[in-house]
Order: sequence, then structure tokens, then C-alpha cells
Amino acid sequence: MIWSMIAPLIILGVSLYAVLRGHDIFAAFLAGAKEGLAVLVRIVPALVTLLAAITMLRSSGALDAFSELCRPLFALLGIPPETAPLLIIRPFSGSGALAMGIDLMSRYGVESVVGKTVAVMLGSTETTFYAVSVICGAAGVTKTRYIIPAALTADFAGYVTAAAAVKWLL
Amino acid sequence: MAMSVLLVVMMLTSVVYAICAGTVTEMSAGLLEGAELAVRLGISMAGVLCLWSGVVEVMRRSGLMLKLSSLLKGPLSVLFPETKTDPDLRSDLAASVSANLLGLGNAATPLSIRACTRLHDNAGRTGVASDSVCMLVILGAGSLQLIPATVAAARASLNAQNPFEILPATWLATFVSCTAGIACGLLLRKIWK
Repeated sequence: MIWSMIAPLIILGVSLYAVLRGHDIFAAFLAGAKEGLAVLVRIVPALVTLLAAITMLRSSGALDAFSELCRPLFALLGIPPETAPLLIIRPFSGSGALAMGIDLMSRYGVESVVGKTVAVMLGSTETTFYAVSVICGAAGVTKTRYIIPAALTADFAGYVTAAAAVKWLL
Repeated sequence: MAMSVLLVVMMLTSVVYAICAGTVTEMSAGLLEGAELAVRLGISMAGVLCLWSGVVEVMRRSGLMLKLSSLLKGPLSVLFPETKTDPDLRSDLAASVSANLLGLGNAATPLSIRACTRLHDNAGRTGVASDSVCMLVILGAGSLQLIPATVAAARASLNAQNPFEILPATWLATFVSCTAGIACGLLLRKIWK
């Protein structure tokens, strides 16, 4: 399948392009990888704190109860109800959503429908409230008019499509 | 501060629910399991994360990112009419969208802020978001991402057979989400003054 080759193909294509134009790709890879480690150093402390709290919530049974509560509405939209806690936390906190996603993927299996839906949801939506407050705050915009409703509509469309795409494409 | 509130709410809910449901032992074990899992997965995420950051750095240094930006200028000038008279704004916008596409959130945010400030100044800096400011923030909050490296890294650390298998589904979801955001923005600007 072409899709299982996509990552090696991208890496090969980018490397070839850069080498043919005379760039030192090894140095670039090293510099980038160092940047990747810096990202990791930033993520892990947040992940430890949040994943501890989320696993507490999970093993107390509260998360399952919450998902059960959301089941009728989610069934209507075709979204697995197990993803309900992820959708609540997603617009507010990026690392919180990542921690919730990891909890869901490890609990339901990374190759399960729930696990894959979670991954696609995480990959296709943003930390909406955070992004809006950072950009508007820095630019001095105080009245955001329809930004939040439109951005949340975009997120919602992303969730529904993610669930459908996992069902039909993967 | 918001994060602190979130943490307290999560912990309080866990404790109260565990006492009511009789799952106190499991809940206490869960606290430690979660912390352990985070470090274990964090370390095994490092491989994919570093590799992909390397690829993106190669794209940046070799000029591929600039190419991507110039491809985006056409579609962006449809969404942002003021870029026709302001080339600096146009390149800022294109650069911020292409940084987002490659998953360079750190580079994208300052560029989005700069473009947003410029749009806001053009509109007279009233504090009220103009239609173009709204469109920019909706796009910026919409995360058009081609390679979700962190998610792929998390999948790899959980032993997924092919961490990048989710790409086609992710592209479709991102595309639909962005289109919905833009459509909703275009619709609401007529009624929400």
C-alpha cells in the first residue's frame, strides 16, 4: 500500500531535493532532531502531571460513566462515545488533549477504531480557545465577534469527519 | 491558572467518584500508573519526534518551505483582499500558514500574530475584530497540518504497526474542518456586525 510508504517517501523526496540543491542535510537533520528533543523536554513534565490526573479519573470509573452519559448524542453523530472526554478537553489544553489521547489509545488499543479516531481527531484539530486568546491578545483585538463560534464549528466538523474517515478509510 | 483549575477539578472528581463507586484502591494505583506511563511513552516518542523535526529543518533550509508559501499566495489573496496591495502582509500570511502545515507551531504563532496585528492596524485598531482578522484567527485556530508528528510519535510509542497510517484520514478531517470554519466565517460576517 502506498500509505504505508508515505513517511519514507516524504523523507527520501525532501532529502533528495535538498542534496541536489547542495545543502548539508546531515547538519540540518541534527539541528532539527535537537529541536525535537527540546519539544520533548517541554511536553514530558506536562504529560506526567496530566496523565496522572487522567489515569486517576479513568480508574475511579468517572470517565467511563461520563462516556456512557454521552452515548446517545454521540451515537447520533456517528462518533465513538469513548472519545467524549477528549472532545471536552481539546479546545482548552493541547498537552491535556495529548494526555487524554494517550490514555484512550492505550486503554482501547492503538489499532482499535477508538484508538485511530482519537489519533485523527488530535491530528486534525487545534487548541482553539488557547490559539484565539494568544493571537487576539497579542494583536490587541478585544471584541472577537464570530471567531469562537466559527472556530468551534470547524472543530466539530473535524470530529465528525475524523470518526467517519476512520470508519470508511482505515 | 486555567490549568491549575483543570487539575483540581479532575482530582476532586476522581476522589469523590471513587469514594461513591467504591473504586478507591484502583484510583490510587491509577495515579502512579499515569505518571509512569507518561515518562515511558515520552521517551519512546523521542525517536519519531526528533526524526520529523529533522525533516522539517531540511525543508526549511532547502527552500521547500518558501516554495510552499508562494504556492499559497494565490488562494490566500482570495480570502484576504487586502493582500493585493500589501505584499509584506501577503508573505507573512503565507509563511504562517505554511509553518502550520509543516507542524512548526512555534514558528507559526509569531507569524500569525504579526499578520493579525497588521490586519488590525489596517482596520483602524479599534479592538473589534475586522472580517479579515476573524478569517485569519479562524484559519490559525484551524490547524491545517500535513504531518501530525506528535500524534504519530504517540502512536509509535504505543507500538502501532504503522504510526503514519492515519495520514489520509487526518488530511480529510483537517480539510473538512478548515472548509467548515471558512464557510461559517463567511456566513456569519454578514449577520454578526
